[in-house]
Amino acid sequence: MSDPQLMPVTTAQTGLTQATIVRKAAPKSDYKPADVSPQRRVQRSFAVRLWSVRHSRLLEWFYAKFADMFLLLHPLWKGIGYSRVEGPVKFVEKRVKGFMFDCRMCGQCILSSTGMSCPMNCPKQLRNGPCGGVRANGNCEVEPDMPCVWVKAWEGSRDMVHGDKIFDVQKPVDQSLRETSAWLRVTAQAAAARDAARNTTNTGASA
Amino acid sequence: MIGRQPDENPAGIHLPLDPLPGHTSRGRLERVLRRGEFAVTTELNPPDSADPEDVYNRARIFDGWVDAINAVDASGANCHMSSVGICALLTRMGYAPIMQIACRDRNRIAIQGDVLGGAAMGVANMLCLTGDGVQAGDQPGAKPVFDLDCMSLLETCRIMRDNGKFLSGRKLTTPPQLFLGAAINPFAPPIDFRPYRLGKKIAAGAQFVQSQYCFDVPMFRTYMQKVRDLGYTDKCFILCGVGPLASAKTAKWIRSNVPGIHIPDQIVKRLEGAQDQKKEGKQLCIDIINEVKEIPGVSGVHVMAYRQEEYVAEIVDESGVLKGRRPWKREIRRDDQLVADRLDHILHDDLTETQVDMVKTAH
Repeated sequence: MSDPQLMPVTTAQTGLTQATIVRKAAPKSDYKPADVSPQRRVQRSFAVRLWSVRHSRLLEWFYAKFADMFLLLHPLWKGIGYSRVEGPVKFVEKRVKGFMFDCRMCGQCILSSTGMSCPMNCPKQLRNGPCGGVRANGNCEVEPDMPCVWVKAWEGSRDMVHGDKIFDVQKPVDQSLRETSAWLRVTAQAAAARDAARNTTNTGASA
Repeated sequence: MIGRQPDENPAGIHLPLDPLPGHTSRGRLERVLRRGEFAVTTELNPPDSADPEDVYNRARIFDGWVDAINAVDASGANCHMSSVGICALLTRMGYAPIMQIACRDRNRIAIQGDVLGGAAMGVANMLCLTGDGVQAGDQPGAKPVFDLDCMSLLETCRIMRDNGKFLSGRKLTTPPQLFLGAAINPFAPPIDFRPYRLGKKIAAGAQFVQSQYCFDVPMFRTYMQKVRDLGYTDKCFILCGVGPLASAKTAKWIRSNVPGIHIPDQIVKRLEGAQDQKKEGKQLCIDIINEVKEIPGVSGVHVMAYRQEEYVAEIVDESGVLKGRRPWKREIRRDDQLVADRLDHILHDDLTETQVDMVKTAH
C-alpha cells in the first residue's frame, strides 16, 4: 500500500479492484454463460422447487406416510437384498426428487429439517444456512437471479408441523455417501432402531 | 522491578497467559471480555508480500488501542498472506490475533490441521466463517471447497477443544485451548431467522460473535432485543461491527457491489451533505459506536477500517469506549532498553572508555 490516504478513494470511486480488472480482462466472447455457479447450471428453472417449498406442509405429511410405507416394506427390501434394490430405487428417487427439489443426491436427505428446500442447491452448499451474503431482496449472493435457498427454507419450515427442526445444527455432509439412496438408508436405519427398541422392551418385559 | 502490563506472561510476551478458571483459552481477548470490559477488536489488512515487517508495521498502528486483531483468511476471495502466517507472526510479537478460518478454500482435513497448528503457535482466538464465494474475488476460476460450513466448523473446533478429538474420533494428545468466535449478519434476510441462527451458532460452540458492518442502528437494536429475549447474551459476547465510510460514493459502491452490507439512505445522504466526506465518515462511525455501546448485551466493537487503518486509533479514542482503559501494548522492557541504549552509546558515540569509567557510569 503505497499511499494509504489516496488508495481507498481511487479504488472505491472507480470500483477498480483486482477482481474487477480480472473480470474486465477476461476474453470477450459471443457466448456468455447465464449463470455463475455450476450448481445453478445443472438445474432447470426453479419453479417446481419453489412450489415444493410453498407446499412444505403437504409434502411433510406425504413423506411421513411414504416413509412408513417404505418401513413396512423393509422385509421385502431385506428379502430381495438392499444392494439389489438400490439400483431401481435410486433411479426413481433421483428422478422424483430431482424434479421436485432439484435434488443433488447427497445421500443424506435433510429436506424435512430445511422446509423442503434442498440445501445442496446453495452455491456454497451450506447445511446450516443462510450465509451473511443474502441480498436485500432475498436473492443469492452468488446467483443474483436465484432466491436464496435458505430464505426459502425458513419460509417453508414455518408452515411445517416439525418446522423447528431447522434450529438443529446439521453435521457436515459425508461426501462418501453421494449418489446413494437416502430413502433406503433412512428405512434401514429406522428398521434397525425399531428392532433395537423392540428387543429392549422384550428383555425388559422378561426380566 | 519492571512494570508489567495486565494480561502479559512474565516469562515472555509471546507465551500464552496463565489459565484461569472458567476460561477456555489462554488469550487476552477472553480475559478482557470475561472481566466485563468493553472490548475493541480490529482487522489487519493482509499484505501481498512475504516480508514479515509488512505485518508488523500494519499491526503497530493499532498498538494500545485494540484488544485483539483479526487475521483475515483471503477475505472477499482475494488472495493474500494466509491467516495462519499472519497469526504466527503476530503471536511472536505478543499480539492477540483472532485467526479467521473460512470454509471456502480448505477441506476438513486441512482445517483441523490448521487449528492445531495455530493453537500451537499461541493463537487463542479462532473465528469460524463460511467465506465469500469465489466469484467475488480476483480468482473466480478457483474451485470452491465449502466442505464444512461455519456451523459445522465451529462444532469441529469445539469437539477438538472439549473432547480432545478430531472429527473422525481420533484422539489428540494435547487439545487446543481456544476461544471460539463466529460472525453474525443481523441486516440480511431472513431477518426474523437471524437471532435463531445466532442460537444455532452458540449451540455449535460460539463464545463470541462479531457482526457485519452496522450502519442501521435501529435494526441492530431490534435484533439485540430479540437476542436478549432468547437469553443468548448470557451465553455469548456480541461485538458490533463498525467502520468509517470514505465517501458517499464508496457507500454507494459497497451497497451495490458487496452483498450483505446494508447501508440506509440517510447514511448516504448525510455523507453527501458533508463538506469533508472522509471526516464525516469517521464521525458517523464514532456516532454509531456511541449508540451501539449503550445497547444492553453489546460487549464490544469490531472496528473494520479497510485501507483506513490509521483512523482506528482516533475512532477508538474519540468515541471513548475504552473509558480510560489501555489495552495491552507492545513495549520494550526496561532492561532490554538499557542494553540497547548502552550498545548504541558504545557503537555510535565517538568516545573511548576505560573499564573503570564504565563501572562508574553504570552506577
